[in-house]
Amino acid sequence: MITAQRSSSGSSHSPRSPSSQPYLSISVTDPVKLGNGVQAYISYRVITKTNFPEYQGPEKIVIRRYSDFVWLRDRLFEKYKGVFIPPLPEKSAVEKFRFSAEFIELRRQALDIFVNRIASHHELQQSEDLRTFLQADEETMERLRSQDTGIFKKKPADLMQIFKEVQTKVSDVVLGKEKPVEESNPEYEKLKNYIFELENHLSEAQKHAYRLVKRHRELGQSLSDFGKAVKLLGACEGDALGKAFSDLGAKSESLCVRLQKEAHQLLMNFEEPLKDYVRSVQSIKATIAERANAFRHQCELAETIKLKEINLDKLMLTRSEKVGEAELEYKELKAESEEATRRFENIVRVMNEEIVRFQDQKTLDMGIAFHEFAKGQARLANNIADAWRSLLPKLEACSP
Amino acid sequence: MMGSDNQGFEEAHMLASREEMENLVLDEPSNNSNGTKSFSDYRSAMSSLADTQHPLSPPMVVAPGDSDPLLTPSSINDLRNPHVSTDNSSYIEPPSYADVIFSPFDENAGNEINGVDSPDRASDSSVSLSRSPSSTSDYIKITVSNPQKEQETSNSLVPGSNTYVTYLIATRTNIPGFSGSEFSVRRRFRDVVTLSDRLAESYRGFFIPPRPDKNLVESQVMQKQEFVEQRRVALEKYLRRLAAHPVIRKSDELKAFLQVQGKLPLPTSTDVASRMLDGAVKLPKQLFGESAVAAPHEVVQPAKGGRDLLRLFKELRQSVSNDWVGSKPPVVEEDKEFLEKKDRMHDLEQQLSNASQQAESLVKAQQDMGETMGELGLAFIKLTKFENEEAIFTSQRVTAADMKNVATAAVKASRFYRELNAQTVKHLDTLHEYLGLMLSVHGAFSDRSSALLTVQTLISELSSLQSRAEKLEAASSKIFGGDKSRIRKIEELKDTIRVTEDAKHVAIREYERIKDNNRSELERLDRERHTDFLNMLKGFVLNQVGYAEKIANVWTKVAEETSAYSREST
Repeated sequence: MITAQRSSSGSSHSPRSPSSQPYLSISVTDPVKLGNGVQAYISYRVITKTNFPEYQGPEKIVIRRYSDFVWLRDRLFEKYKGVFIPPLPEKSAVEKFRFSAEFIELRRQALDIFVNRIASHHELQQSEDLRTFLQADEETMERLRSQDTGIFKKKPADLMQIFKEVQTKVSDVVLGKEKPVEESNPEYEKLKNYIFELENHLSEAQKHAYRLVKRHRELGQSLSDFGKAVKLLGACEGDALGKAFSDLGAKSESLCVRLQKEAHQLLMNFEEPLKDYVRSVQSIKATIAERANAFRHQCELAETIKLKEINLDKLMLTRSEKVGEAELEYKELKAESEEATRRFENIVRVMNEEIVRFQDQKTLDMGIAFHEFAKGQARLANNIADAWRSLLPKLEACSP
Repeated sequence: MMGSDNQGFEEAHMLASREEMENLVLDEPSNNSNGTKSFSDYRSAMSSLADTQHPLSPPMVVAPGDSDPLLTPSSINDLRNPHVSTDNSSYIEPPSYADVIFSPFDENAGNEINGVDSPDRASDSSVSLSRSPSSTSDYIKITVSNPQKEQETSNSLVPGSNTYVTYLIATRTNIPGFSGSEFSVRRRFRDVVTLSDRLAESYRGFFIPPRPDKNLVESQVMQKQEFVEQRRVALEKYLRRLAAHPVIRKSDELKAFLQVQGKLPLPTSTDVASRMLDGAVKLPKQLFGESAVAAPHEVVQPAKGGRDLLRLFKELRQSVSNDWVGSKPPVVEEDKEFLEKKDRMHDLEQQLSNASQQAESLVKAQQDMGETMGELGLAFIKLTKFENEEAIFTSQRVTAADMKNVATAAVKASRFYRELNAQTVKHLDTLHEYLGLMLSVHGAFSDRSSALLTVQTLISELSSLQSRAEKLEAASSKIFGGDKSRIRKIEELKDTIRVTEDAKHVAIREYERIKDNNRSELERLDRERHTDFLNMLKGFVLNQVGYAEKIANVWTKVAEETSAYSREST
């Protein structure tokens, strides 16, 4: 749970005394499995503590489920174009049926991070949809949820199509085949390339991290089995040797526990942050797609206006009665075009800010993840060394 | 620091597949030359590692003031052994075990030469067992090498069809019974079979190391070179085990095998079919009176391997009557102690088999861990390179630097896991060795039971002969003056009885001798097993400790380097 500070660029409605710094802090807790069979789902308790004046009170508790979070994300994506919306954990149609404790905890953690990132983003934290999400009762939420037609509601195929388009455009530009409907901004191209390649690299790293977690578990299991076998072998021998065997076997089994623990830590503190990084990059790709749409829209309008201008001139020359109508249309189009340009430029501006914020945040997040990883591995190795080392005096004593 | 950075990338090169390495153009130009090292070439990786300066050796004798922030009691609250103090003084003096494990190839220092080969032979999986000869200055070292194809010189219909492989068997020894201190001969596999068969005959009751299999199928299916190499390794192991046996190393058979140039001067074994054929030829004569009894000297060998079919049948009948009829045979295995030991051996064998299997799984798990760690490191190295190349912001360079530390550490740790594993294999191989030894034990025990069977058979035979003689005498005494034909028969019977008596005495002597051999061998086995297992446990544990310390050091450094990121409170 991260306590979010309100950015100082927003206007404050209440006098600021030193003890009443604005804060908005949220926690997602208490996952509870509800429903049966295919209909089963997890509900979470979302606790909001805030002194933002727009909110109903200092504390509010609501019950939310995964699809509510999805709703929030979609609404934010619609309204705050250009902002890198924080990513959600995967929908996971398969694991849903198993709902292991680990899966539930990972999801809860990810949802908690999601909502707090929104709360600490200077623009997103002011969203009305956020307020709805944090405060509305469940019936209202349900109603809103079923109305949603956001981008992510589109079929995965459509989504893939959008991504593919952006991707081919990137590669086209790289290959030098510039299409007129794309931005020709070399810096932006570089950024797009970077994002796409980054995803690949990160996915690979994350995959290996996940496998590493598995390896820890497997090593633990084999140490346990080995320990048991060694103990049985020791029972065949007698005296000091037999005891040595059984001590070693017991030690081996105990290390299994240690390894399982570390595997869990590794999953939570290293693999999951990497996964989160991947998701963030995917979210950026969605924003890139939005920008492309906005650009295309602006260009199309520009094209249309040109045609209309030509048409208007023609009409004026022929002194047609349609001139008035055409002039009106032209004015409307002009306004639309200006609006589209404004929207596009806004996206560009926001993205530029976002990318800096993103990089800084990521450096911090990854730094923490690396630190935890190294700490965990050091801790594990030390525990292992200590455990085995404790056997040595006894083994020495056994020597004839 | 730069040095170890380079080291890390060198490691990465050694671990990367060629394709990956081609794509991996790192900043440091010096690393591009290492492209030829391949990932799976264990041997070369290990030998080259032995050359490179160990980036982490010695300084890890951690001084107390330098206390590792990670070892403070607050953070380690679980399985830490309560009586290992949390400051580092418990393993400062003597130096940490990380220093003990300074080279992958330095085995338990106290091992004698028997069975220890030069380090770069990846084939050297023959663990140096403690079969120390009674006087520690004796040694005998055998090497098998230089396989060559040779032609069968005898008349063969198709020229060139009968080729076989010979191996150069070189011996170095200071044991007096040998003619010289260094010599070598060429032998083929068939000679080894002969040696093994003759030893089995001469040393009944001993735990004779089992010879390598004939592998008839594999010799056809495998690549010739691979098969020959596999066989060479197996032969070397076998001969070394023979040389390590305190009694067999002095045997004439072994001496002849190792020394006599040219043809092996030992009688060859005939195959089962020919033996049976010979036996079938003799059988009619046996059944119709002539040589109906095994000559005394023959009873020292089991009936099964011989040509005397009649004797074979008799013993078979005897064993059936032992098992089925329920009548107590005249002599039984009375030695309770032996029976207990037999059960124990059986138990031991089962547990050895189980432990051996689990040891294999452990080795696999350690290997997998090392591999995945290495792959993770490699992925991060690629990421680092990528971030550096594409960097627009300073923060990216920071991330890249952090990542590089982690990646380097992961690659180092991966290497340590591999080394750890190589050593683990060597240590736990003792389990495999002793499992193999169980075969010898079975052999020795079955020598005993077949000798017993021979004795039992002869005793029954004797008693039935005697009762026949009595009957005949009783019948003949009723006839006044004697029954010439009966009297002759009685005389013949009495002869037979005498011969059988002799045979019985020989058989009993042989049985007792075998029992003695069993006993002394069991004692030797227990003694040696005790030592070998202890060494195995010590070696295994030391190994684990040493490498765990090394790995811990690597990660501790990275944790320190990234300690600025200590997690903000959640």
